[in-house]
Amino acid sequence: MAEKVVLLDFWASMFGMRVRVALAEKGIKYEYREEDLKNKSDLLLQMNPIHKKIPVLIHNGKPICESLIIVQYIDEVWNDKSPLLPSDPYKRAQARFWADFVDKKVVDAWIKLRSTKGEEHEAAKKQFLEILKTLEEELGEKPYFGGETFGFVDVAFVTFYSWFYTFETFGEFSTEAEHPKIIAWAKRCMQKESVAKTLPDQQKVYEYVLGVTKRSLGE
Amino acid sequence: MAEEVVLLDVWASMFGMRVRIALAEKGIKYEYREEDLRNKSDLLLQMNPVHKKIPVLIHNGKPICESLIIVQYIDEVWNDKSPLLPSDPYKRAQARFWADFIDMKVYDTGRKLWSTKGEEHEAAKKQFLEILKTLEEELGEKPYFGSETFGFVDVAFVTFYSWFYALETFGEFSMEAEHPKIIAWAKRCMQKESVAKTLPDQQKIYEFVLGMRKRLLGE
Repeated sequence: MAEKVVLLDFWASMFGMRVRVALAEKGIKYEYREEDLKNKSDLLLQMNPIHKKIPVLIHNGKPICESLIIVQYIDEVWNDKSPLLPSDPYKRAQARFWADFVDKKVVDAWIKLRSTKGEEHEAAKKQFLEILKTLEEELGEKPYFGGETFGFVDVAFVTFYSWFYTFETFGEFSTEAEHPKIIAWAKRCMQKESVAKTLPDQQKVYEYVLGVTKRSLGE
Repeated sequence: MAEEVVLLDVWASMFGMRVRIALAEKGIKYEYREEDLRNKSDLLLQMNPVHKKIPVLIHNGKPICESLIIVQYIDEVWNDKSPLLPSDPYKRAQARFWADFIDMKVYDTGRKLWSTKGEEHEAAKKQFLEILKTLEEELGEKPYFGSETFGFVDVAFVTFYSWFYALETFGEFSMEAEHPKIIAWAKRCMQKESVAKTLPDQQKIYEFVLGMRKRLLGE
């Protein structure tokens, strides 16, 4: 039976990108549908009535929501190539822990970075750099968070690389200067076709965010 | 080799209770260690340096953190009895989605019920009842969220039952009146030894929350 895979997504979403990277890693053909987040499609509202958010994977008509849940689903269903999660339960628990860490910390820190000034902004910048430091320590000397091969935590975090120029500009810091290992790791991931073909240009993301920020500030 | 299982926890934590239920479901012997959150043990800080939170499961000296990650780990390692996650990948994705929904929504909104006043409190009450309605709809006519058998989502949510009296009292509503199916489901779960022996008395939790509220609001 032919598989039908549809992805409801938004080009700049680091969460949607995770799903795109996973689908590419597995060589899965799918239909990409761009959502206008200010005018969500009936399909999106029907497929994700609880959160009304992208990404949503629709596999043979059935929806799966929440990017990390979708990536695990993809890994379990298309289990013939490019395993993303480790087979060992302890290593699997660690991978889930670090992907969860990225989810819990990075976005909140970014929101603080873009919406504060003065002392609060300085604190937000400090917090953001602490998070990168923690991730850098976890990476250690490994080529990937997954160890020898690109895995779940790499998928969870590398999509944020397309937002680095944005973070750095709003945050007034240089990731290369502060955390060069993270940049080295990201560039290593970008050598993979699944990542290179998925991540949008950092400048494009910045212009998008600038536009959104200006509109929200009424500038 | 003898398994060594240690759980760092706090008696009133609905997150810690999830782990205790999973361990009981699987018949795993373990050492329970009560933490004082105002004076965290060196062991806790060493085993969970990133979040410094309970619960932490220590299996043969190696830590696993985050309650839902721990429950999945327990289910994968002790896979000979009482499966908590479904074997079908799609059903597994749905189970993860609903457990994640509970994590995202129930605790934070519930907390506002006992820690806020006035308009904020009214908004929190409305939001909390909406959340319960959504969960009640998801449960439908099934005996458990896991369908015929007690599963992952049941473990994720039933621990909040011990907090219901506190939440109802501070929230100024009756669970039984507003969402009787949830109460029926919770009582069904309480017929299981693993749940009944784990969940503390609702009155005890109420007194604990009363104490926290006094400290927070100075009443």
